[in-house]
Order: sequence, then structure tokens, then C-alpha cells
Amino acid sequence: MKELDTIGETGLRFFGKVSASISHEIKNTLAVINENAGLLEDLTLMAEKGMELDPTRVRGLAKKILAQVQRSDGIVKNLNRFAHSIDETGKRVDVEETINFTALLAARLASGRDVTFTTISPEKPIHILTRPFFLKALIFRCLEIAMAAPDADKTIYLKPETNEAKIQIRLTGMDLKEAWNEGGFPTEEDRALLDFLEADIEVNSTKGEIVLILTYMEKRSSLSGSPAAAFRENG
Amino acid sequence: MTEKVLLVDDEVEFVEPLAERMRARGMDVSTTTSPTDALSKAEKENYDAIVLDLMMPEMDGLQTLEAIKKKNPDIQVILLTGHATVEKGIEAMKHGAMDFLEKPVDIKSLAERIHKAQARKMVLVEKKNEEKIRNIILNKSW
Repeated sequence: MKELDTIGETGLRFFGKVSASISHEIKNTLAVINENAGLLEDLTLMAEKGMELDPTRVRGLAKKILAQVQRSDGIVKNLNRFAHSIDETGKRVDVEETINFTALLAARLASGRDVTFTTISPEKPIHILTRPFFLKALIFRCLEIAMAAPDADKTIYLKPETNEAKIQIRLTGMDLKEAWNEGGFPTEEDRALLDFLEADIEVNSTKGEIVLILTYMEKRSSLSGSPAAAFRENG
Repeated sequence: MTEKVLLVDDEVEFVEPLAERMRARGMDVSTTTSPTDALSKAEKENYDAIVLDLMMPEMDGLQTLEAIKKKNPDIQVILLTGHATVEKGIEAMKHGAMDFLEKPVDIKSLAERIHKAQARKMVLVEKKNEEKIRNIILNKSW
């Protein structure tokens, strides 16, 4: 029960972080719309006082506003998609797509640190039966660690890999040699999330690499009574 | 008196129209999308106010604020952000910000804040000048 409480808190924290970041992005687009619309208003006020109004200028400002409306729409669509991922208690997902979407959710936080994410596509699509929301929470947590300790290139590479028994998400491009882990990653909360998803994490400080190891849900037969087993039974 | 302002925000689509609107209201406005450039501009020019975005890729707004205040404690800095929380506001004030405004901002309230910033800076400069004169009078052997 305590484990489920911890997972619930971790999930809420993840949801809060992403929502706050998205609300900031929306605020930024609104600010651009506000200034360009305000400038249009200024120009029309000046035109009323006799200043010549250049139609090309007006069209240019209208285009900028429309572009920001499109940008806001994209942000809200992502928020909607993210919010609905919590409805899916169990679903087969494309791992690369999940990585890309989570990286997109973390992109604004990463850009604050001048860090970018690049996904290396697998040869064939990799699918996993999982709890999509919590898998995103786990990947997001790894991205947070990665973006706080990038190497000089400031690009974090994300590579999904697979063999018959497991799926791995390899994060490279970090400098993990010195004081990167003051927070004690993986924390107790991270461990609870890893257990919940029956996943594991390996950190290689020398290589600057974090590997997230996910077990195929279908391969888990000895997990009766575990959250994963409950998930298998209840869908 | 014309207010001399520096606008710092990594979003060019935001900073340019805002600067144009401020110029139309009689202010002398420069812009930059880089905090590092803002630091060098703040060193060379005598701004009344710097309007600074809190979250930029190159350097955090609070770090930039701290660096600006270190070099020129009289410059009044107004933080403008889409990331407004009470905690961030308190932190900004602790770092020496004059004000903390949320995006999207009303141009009238921004202009008022800039006007106040100019007045505040003038008081600080006058005080410093008075002190200088007093020191000269006290230390000079007449």
C-alpha cells in the first residue's frame, strides 16, 4: 500500500512538473500574441492620426499572430495527449514514440540548460505492454538526471534497444564523473516506480551512460501479487 | 526625460514588437536575445532599467540579474516571466530585482514600472553624488 502511495505521489509530481512547464510555454505564446496584437493596435491608432499604414506590415503582424496560434494549438494538443495517457492503465506502446513524446515534454526544461535530446531510431519498431503514463514518468526522471549533467556537446542521445528478454533505453552524452548525483539517484521514490514497472536502472559513470531496463510484460510469470501481476489481471 | 531601457528575452518574436511599442511611447529601447550580450551592454551603457526574462537557454534570469547587479548596483531590473510563482518572485527580490511581472504584460503597467525604475535610479545616483561631494568637503584641507 505504501508503495502505491509513493507511486501515486511520484505520478502527481510528474504531472505537476509537466503541466507547469506547458503552462509556461502557453504563457510565452500568449505574450508574443499580446505584443504583436498590441503593435497592430498602435499602428491603427497612428493611422487614425494620419500616419500612413503599410498593408504589408499589417499582413506580416497578422501572420506572426496566426503562427503563434498554431504553436499554442500544438502545445495544447500535447497537453491533452499527455493528460489522457493517465487513462491508459495498460497498453502496448511503441517505445521510440514514447521516448520522443517524453523528450518533447522535457524539451523546454532542457532548453533552459541549453541541452537538446536526440533519439536514435531502432532498426525495427519496439513495442512494450506497459503503463504508458508511468513509463513516461520514469523516462522523464532519467531525462531530468541527464539534462542536469550533460557533457560538453550538450546533446543527450536516447536509444531504444531490444533482445528477446528485455528492452533497454540507453541514454548517453553525459558527464557523470563528478558530483552529478547529490540527490542520490535512483531515490526511494525512483525505486518504487522501477519496481512498479518491473524495470531497472544501470548507471555507468565512466561511459556517461544511464540504461533503463524494461522487462517484457509477457515474460513475467513469477510476479503473482505484484503490481504488475495485478495489472496483468485487471488490464 | 526619456527612459533608457534594455529588453532581454530569447524570443525575438516577443522582444521586437514590445520594443517598438515602447519606442512609440517615448522610451529609448535596445534589445538582445542573449544574457551574455546583456551583461556586456549593461557594462557599456547607462540604462535606467533592464527588463529581463527569467528563463533563457544561455543563462538563468536570476544568474543574469545577479551578474548585472554586481557590476552596476544602481541599474533597476524588472523580471518579466511566464514562469511566475510566489517563490520565484521572492527569490528575484532577494537577488535585487525591483519588480517581478507576469507575461503577457500590460504595456501601461510595464511603462509605469519603467518610469518608477528611472526615478529610483535617479535618487540612488543623486545620493551617491551627494556622498561624493560630502567626502570631498570633509577630506579636503581648506
